[in-house]
Amino acid sequence: MNSVAQAAAPPIRLNVVRWIGFKTIVIREYGRIIRIWGQTIVPSVVTAVLYFAIFGSLIGRRVGVMGGFDYKQFIAPGLIMMSVITNSYGNVVASFFGAKFGKHVEELLVSPLPNWVIVAGYATGGVVRGVLVGLAVTVVSLVFTHLHVHHLALIFTALVLTSLTFALAGFLNALFAKNFDQVNWIPAFVLTPLTYFGGVFYSVSLLPDWAQNLSYVNPILYMVNAFRFGFLGVSDVDVGVAFALMASAAIVLFAVAVGLMNRGTGIRE
Amino acid sequence: MRPLWRAFAASNRGVDSGSLALSGATPDAFVMNALSVRGLTKTYSNGVQALKGVDLEVERGDFFALLGPNGAGKTTLIGIITSLVNKTAGEARVFGHDIDRELEAAKACIGIVPQEINFNMFETPHTIVVNQAGFYGIPRQVARERAEKYLKQLQLWDKRNGISRGLSGGMKRRLMIARALMHEPRLLILDEPTAGVDIEIRRSMWDFLREINARGTTIILTTHYLEEAETLCRNIAIINGGRIIERDGMRSLLGRLHVATFVLNLRESLGVAPHLEGYVTRLVDDHTLEVEVSKEESINEIFARLSALGIEVLSMRNKVNRLEEIFMRLVEGRAIPGEGAGEVASAGAPATPRTPAEVAR
Ligand SMILES: Nc1ncnc2c1ncn2[C@@H]1O[C@H](COP(=O)(O)OP(=O)(O)OP(=O)(O)O)[C@@H](O)[C@H]1O
Ligand SMILES: [Mg+2]
Repeated sequence: MNSVAQAAAPPIRLNVVRWIGFKTIVIREYGRIIRIWGQTIVPSVVTAVLYFAIFGSLIGRRVGVMGGFDYKQFIAPGLIMMSVITNSYGNVVASFFGAKFGKHVEELLVSPLPNWVIVAGYATGGVVRGVLVGLAVTVVSLVFTHLHVHHLALIFTALVLTSLTFALAGFLNALFAKNFDQVNWIPAFVLTPLTYFGGVFYSVSLLPDWAQNLSYVNPILYMVNAFRFGFLGVSDVDVGVAFALMASAAIVLFAVAVGLMNRGTGIRE
Repeated sequence: MRPLWRAFAASNRGVDSGSLALSGATPDAFVMNALSVRGLTKTYSNGVQALKGVDLEVERGDFFALLGPNGAGKTTLIGIITSLVNKTAGEARVFGHDIDRELEAAKACIGIVPQEINFNMFETPHTIVVNQAGFYGIPRQVARERAEKYLKQLQLWDKRNGISRGLSGGMKRRLMIARALMHEPRLLILDEPTAGVDIEIRRSMWDFLREINARGTTIILTTHYLEEAETLCRNIAIINGGRIIERDGMRSLLGRLHVATFVLNLRESLGVAPHLEGYVTRLVDDHTLEVEVSKEESINEIFARLSALGIEVLSMRNKVNRLEEIFMRLVEGRAIPGEGAGEVASAGAPATPRTPAEVAR
């Protein structure tokens, strides 16, 4: 036995390891977003341009005023939010499922990082993508209309909480998914309809009572309205309730994701 | 919320246990060894019993071979230690850190080179190794320096900025070795690192592994190239059907094989095998003769006898590598020639681990 092997190993400072590990996951996710920017950033920008051109400029002219604002101004926060939701979710589901599929998730699983750090890292990656795309769509909006800022901090909080919630939801989707169909299924059949019915294009006050009541169980309605409130100062729902809902959703989803990871669901034999 | 709490609780216990492994006045093997595995079992969800109660001790600083036929359970065992596979029952410790209670501390000690390629094919080798260091808490600046060091040592520096999919099979394996070394682990586990690697690079990998072992890193190696295990490793365990069937020092194990078979290449053709008193001979073809020689007998004697018969030997080689011979016999449950029948019976059951100290190093 040689002396080197016997020597005391330096103590492992777990909190330092976790912090550096967390940053590394975020940096890696950011690198992925930038590396494949044609798939991560561009599509939402193109979609936003189309929406503004067709719904905003062509149809919007006939709609006139919505919720007390010019139609383009009214839909701008909704369109930004829509791209934030799709992209936060899409980033995590694609990246984490890709890591499972390509087996490089093992790089993280064998590392000393606890599962909550891994979940937090991926979720933050999703937020980064949501915010980047949100900014890009905001720039597009500014080309078509002017944005009034009612309360910047609220805008930002709503943006982060929404993208965090959907990033975590995307993580759960990726954990359970066994193939690429299951990665595409929820965005297509759950997320898109909920977003369209979530008051992106209209104020729910236009709806008949039953449809309004139904809309209130749609979580996206609260997110879109909280965000719109930050810009326009108008909302179909109680903004306090909306923020409480978003925060609770993020906390619950985080706990569930960490719990499933600890059990090994979808990642460990 | 409980799992969340558990994750916190488990990791916080890891903090103060760093000194535990080294402070014990009576060093229990279970605490002191690089790896300590007790009663480990694994039944996969499809009902396959991959491990049926594995006990294994690997000393600090050892260069250890874990051998076994395909499907023996090697990768499963390694998977449990590195937490890629959930165990069914049993315990495992890495440098005294229990994988149930101090998982983070245990994992921080291990570097793993997996059997199957598991890096992101779309990332560059440089990104892969630098990020891996980050997952082990190595600051980015240090990680960049180490990336240069290890990518150069594994002859991948020129390839560092291309996408990894473009690497050859052997380069991909070397990349995984570089990746495993980035946090300079105390225990390096290599699951068939040399599969598909050419001879020249394999030999340079051997030198490289010997060197890091000499500097104090404990190494556990699985391989199907028994010559490789024989050359590199000081201690050995053979696993078969989910059980350890042999655990010994390499020299002591090889020493148990008392018979060697030599293959002689003859100048003249022979019709029948020559009769050599006291030796078992067999004519393979008219120019090739096999002779079994027990350890006590000298080879000179054979040459003397053959010369007397006017038979000229052009060249000679061992029929099989010695470890290969022992391995085959153990795995097939046959006797090792020269050993008592009692030894053979124990080959089927888990062998009592012998202390590695037996072996002269
Ligand atoms: N994910 C899995 N699900 C079900 N059975 C598995 C799984 N992985 C391995 N097994 C089974 O467990 C047994 C042990 O496999 P393992 O991969 O540990 O063997 P090994 O010793 O590493 O073999 P090899 O030398 O071929 O790599 C085999 O019977 C195998 O079929
Ligand atoms: Mg294997």
